[in-house]
Amino acid sequence: MKTSEIRALFSVVSRPEVVSLAGGMPAVTALPLDAVGSMIGELVSGMGAQTLQYGSGQGDPRLRERICDVMALEGIRDASPSEVVVTVGSQQGLDLVTRVFVDPGDVILAEGPSYVGALGVFQAAEARVRHVAMDDNGLIPEALEEALVDCRANGDRVKFLYTVPNFHNPAGVTLSEARREAVVALAEKYDLLIIEDNPYGLLGFEGEPMRALRARNNQRVIYLGSFSKTFSPGLRVGWVLAPLAVREKLVLATEAQVLCPPSLTQYAVARYLDTQPWREQIKLFTELYRERRDATLESLATLMPAGAAWTRPDGGFYVWLKLPHGLDAKLMQPRAVNAHVAYVPGIGFFADGNGREYMRLSYCYPEPDQIREGVRRLARVIEAELDLHSTFDRVDTGTFRAVRPAGREAETIVGPANSDTYEDGR
Amino acid sequence: MSETAAAPVPSGAEPHPLRTVVLAGGLTFEREVSLSSGTQVWEELARAGVDAELRDADAELLPGLAAAPADAVFIALHGATGEDGALRAVLDLAGVPYVGSPAAACRLAWDKPAAKSVVRSAGVRTPDWVALPHSTFRELGAGTVLDLMVARLGLPLMVKPASGGSALGVQKVTRVEELPAAMVSCFAYGDTVLVERFVEGVELALSVIDLGDGPEALPAVEIAPESGVFDYTSRYTPGLTEYHTPARVSDDVAARAADLAVRVHEALGLADLSRTDAIVSPDGEVHFLEVNVSPGLTETSMFPMAVEAAGYELGDVLARLLARRARTER
Repeated sequence: MKTSEIRALFSVVSRPEVVSLAGGMPAVTALPLDAVGSMIGELVSGMGAQTLQYGSGQGDPRLRERICDVMALEGIRDASPSEVVVTVGSQQGLDLVTRVFVDPGDVILAEGPSYVGALGVFQAAEARVRHVAMDDNGLIPEALEEALVDCRANGDRVKFLYTVPNFHNPAGVTLSEARREAVVALAEKYDLLIIEDNPYGLLGFEGEPMRALRARNNQRVIYLGSFSKTFSPGLRVGWVLAPLAVREKLVLATEAQVLCPPSLTQYAVARYLDTQPWREQIKLFTELYRERRDATLESLATLMPAGAAWTRPDGGFYVWLKLPHGLDAKLMQPRAVNAHVAYVPGIGFFADGNGREYMRLSYCYPEPDQIREGVRRLARVIEAELDLHSTFDRVDTGTFRAVRPAGREAETIVGPANSDTYEDGR
Repeated sequence: MSETAAAPVPSGAEPHPLRTVVLAGGLTFEREVSLSSGTQVWEELARAGVDAELRDADAELLPGLAAAPADAVFIALHGATGEDGALRAVLDLAGVPYVGSPAAACRLAWDKPAAKSVVRSAGVRTPDWVALPHSTFRELGAGTVLDLMVARLGLPLMVKPASGGSALGVQKVTRVEELPAAMVSCFAYGDTVLVERFVEGVELALSVIDLGDGPEALPAVEIAPESGVFDYTSRYTPGLTEYHTPARVSDDVAARAADLAVRVHEALGLADLSRTDAIVSPDGEVHFLEVNVSPGLTETSMFPMAVEAAGYELGDVLARLLARRARTER
């Protein structure tokens, strides 16, 4: 089954009968929509001359100041607005960074699994992605070092490490404090650039946000940020924080792509940060997502058949589920469509064809009751698939007569060319 | 050949443009294809002067049709509900006319093994097959049953879901070791698998329309996928498959293919439009594979190619089919 078939199967997700544990859509209806609406209305009626006009390629200076305030929450206190480039979502930021650094054939290191949208950008740049193993504490530094040594030995040009350290998409895990230090130390040791993609960092369910990699090293880390999860994905406002020399190149690249990021949405974000209780709103979001995470984990614990295993995220949107041995999430998808439940097969999060036995479950969008129903349906799908495997997995085709004819030629056993003797079995 | 769609004009009433609802989407694997077919039908009908509305077959449909009746409905749904006769049976209950085959004929065509039995009884060649549910393998032992299957049908085999279209779940099995995995992935689509002897040859799509003078076979479309396998990707990615219309076959083969398509259409009791998939073996024989009561109408679909090759305009043909159904009671 090819990618286009996966996309086709996804088409049913738009029907309300289907419980979608597939998409990563933030719960935007939890925003104070009336307040945001009048705020945006005033931006047009009162400030149309600016908000409906072209802006600077680097992005609105006021917004860049506020972005520095946001990043300070994760320990980045030395960032200056001049090092920030506002982008059309952090997706454009990643594309810009990749355009600036990567030539065809270059190697990019990325966690295995990795964010599917990043893999798309790397593929378009004709980069080769080498996955680095991760576990419950995120990227494994020893595996990173091994990959760096290997690449060096092979003469591969490693352009950067792409990592999502907080509440990873799709794995749901977070890079531990000790490993953050280890990864940054490896960057120094091996002259490695790190792209830290951090859309979920403020969406932790307990404790303070983790200190960013960029807070530990301001020369070897380029930081990608986003308002998509903390405010609104529809506004498409993200940013890149990069050393000045890199920033220059990013601004030239973004001007070539889009001239400037949309003025109205930049003003909207800046005004939102200025006038709305955005920290409280993030807290409200995390409470909502925690409730949904809990519903997911409780249902999985109750309903999943033996052999399934999954991660337990402390924030963000995703659970990464490993199927019982031998099951393939992609091949199982038609059965899930029939059962009206959707997930994302794991294979999409690997550049090398791995991940067949995994799936990503998103709990950010459906209500807890829908999540429970979705997991119930998913459990039935997996059980039916296990039943199927128990029928066919032990078949030993090596004993078939057509393979080893008992003293006769295979051709003589094969049925007649077009006999009418077969019935259709009904 | 084109002819303006004639709107039904009750005597003494003002003529009004034909009003139709094009149904597309549905809750099946083929939703995406259906949305694509439906959009094309909707645009073509609008171009032909029909007042057409595009909508999904969901809980709003019947109240919507009751509130704003259509002269006839055009079903561009693929997969279950749209093709298995269920929706048509409901439209019959509601007294809503529709283009295409009646419910009972759809149910027969939808069940590929049943359709093969019927067309074989009507004297049409079709590759040998066996169709079995998962439970049979479980109860009698999968190894024993598969062994028997290979021994009688040989290799290669085509393994496909017993119902459904767009080649989803269809696999060619050339080596016996591939067979158990092929069964597993095919059963993900439905409870019954159709295993068919593979026939090497030229693939043809044989479209049939009936504009009122009986079923007419349109020129055969020959399918030459770049990859050698006409799978989902080859079907719906422009450029991945070469189509030759009319097919590069002898006049004799073309005539027999056309005859086969009409015989299938009639044997199964189909109406208005159908597309039969067939294969021409090197000896020139035409073999029936399956028939679609709701043929794909996307930009890369074979039915529109055949319509065009016959000198018709797609929009006109669709409008004429609608106009006929709007006038006639089933």
